[in-house]
Amino acid sequence: MNNIRTNRLKDQAFKFWGIACTFLGLILLTIFIGSILIDGLQRIDWDFITSLPSRKAERAGIYTALMGSVWILVFTTIIALPLGIAAAIYLEEYAKESRLSSLLEINISNLAGVPSIIYGLLGLEVFVRIMEMGASVLAGSFTLALLILPIVIVATRESLKAVPKSIRDASFALGASKWQTVSQQLLPASFGGILTGVILALSRAVGETAPLIVIGALAYVPFAPESPMDEFSVLPIQIFNWISRPKHGFEVNAAAAIIVLLLITFILNGIAVYFRNRWQSKLK
Amino acid sequence: MRKLKETVIEKGLLGSALVTIAVTVGIILVLSIEAVRFFEEVSIVDFLTDTQWTPLYTEKHFGILPLLSGTLLTSFIAIIFAVPVGLSISIYISEYAPRSFRKTIKPALELLAAVPTVVYGFFALTVVTPFLQSFIPGLSGFNSLSAGLVMGIMIIPFISSLSEDALHAVPNSLREAAYGMGSTKLQNAFRVLVPAASSGIIVSIILAISRAIGETMIVAIAAGQQPRLTMDPTVPVETITAYIVQVSLGDVQHGSLEYRTIFAAGITLFIFTFLLNTISYRIRKKFREKYE
Repeated sequence: MNNIRTNRLKDQAFKFWGIACTFLGLILLTIFIGSILIDGLQRIDWDFITSLPSRKAERAGIYTALMGSVWILVFTTIIALPLGIAAAIYLEEYAKESRLSSLLEINISNLAGVPSIIYGLLGLEVFVRIMEMGASVLAGSFTLALLILPIVIVATRESLKAVPKSIRDASFALGASKWQTVSQQLLPASFGGILTGVILALSRAVGETAPLIVIGALAYVPFAPESPMDEFSVLPIQIFNWISRPKHGFEVNAAAAIIVLLLITFILNGIAVYFRNRWQSKLK
Repeated sequence: MRKLKETVIEKGLLGSALVTIAVTVGIILVLSIEAVRFFEEVSIVDFLTDTQWTPLYTEKHFGILPLLSGTLLTSFIAIIFAVPVGLSISIYISEYAPRSFRKTIKPALELLAAVPTVVYGFFALTVVTPFLQSFIPGLSGFNSLSAGLVMGIMIIPFISSLSEDALHAVPNSLREAAYGMGSTKLQNAFRVLVPAASSGIIVSIILAISRAIGETMIVAIAAGQQPRLTMDPTVPVETITAYIVQVSLGDVQHGSLEYRTIFAAGITLFIFTFLLNTISYRIRKKFREKYE
């Protein structure tokens, strides 16, 4: 009898431990966001968002970094989206079981695990030096596009997989070719899932710091980029730069810029979750 | 005509898929070409055995060990913290929590992984380090303890999410059999389900280790920039990734020996993560076959 009681006690104890662990991370995140809001909210106003960087903490703003992030996001999407979706369509709909397809499979799974800073080294040599793009928006976008490519491919494949086989059969039975089936049936049907994956990938790209530092993106850029070949800074690099300065005023600036960055990240994630839920209920 | 169009499209799609192979080849080529040039000037024995890393000083030493120890120390702290917590979360969510709770808590936990790492670095430096200093006297402003713990928070969702999937995939008949024998949920979890899902759990831990080793901004901000061969978590260290960032921020001439050090450091990092990823891929393949 005693044994049973201790076992039940242990069982109950673990339940509470499990709850505690589950909320530990979220509570820490809440504490952190709270402390950042206290530090940074006082600093956020329209001037902070529209001001150029400055040596004086009170006058510095995030305009150039924010614009840099927008430019990078747009070009990363333009490069990664068609490439990723096309690769996924090939793997999911065209590839037959062969050594090539299993090689592609292993390779993509491996790329997803390569540290982001290694992509920075690749971008530095290939885009910045060999292709002579310099530390431009375009070089940064190519680097980040390669970084998020595996995420886009995996998400697109999952969405294509979720489309019922009956739709393919019906399309072929009506005499549609493979590409007609893909472009007119499968892509529209999996659109919601692909969109979710792409937005999640972009939310990852907007927070990336290390690869862009490695390709030579600057912490101080006096003007917002006006063409893809211009130098740029992005929000996370601006934050990193402010964190590494000793003066307290910059710490406040960093907190304020973090609020903006987190807002962008969470909004992107929110949109992705919304589309996922809508798409999943539509599939059912 | 139609057939031609179909073939062209298929080739185009194949081309896009092959870009991923080109990326891998590109990474390996870039890293090895620059690393080979580096090893023409620095002997590989020195690189692997020298206990000092001072390429930016007048008296140069090129021993990777201090950077490696910094990387392993911060990752070790992160893993020691994240594995028990992440595993407990996965067991709780999969076996104890109501179904509806599972649906809301998983995206919430994944939010932890969505926070940009530069933000976590700020957290480690301005919140966690001062907090730890209040009861660990002599804790330096930059240290691997704080960076490691915060990195642990970041990788919790990697472990909890993948492990939970693995536990969820264990056939219900095993659970029913265990309950039929009169076991509690806890006994069922640790004696039946965790062993049955062990390959999935191991994969999640390996991926988390790989993520921790390659993590850059948290350690660059909070762990310091002083390469030293130590296992003391209270002093500043430097990781491989933090060193690459440090050099990239400075004004290093292209083609110089200093420039090549970041590729030598990079290839060391790449080899470690490549091995871990390959092992996890192998295990995952085997695990899939078992249940399908």
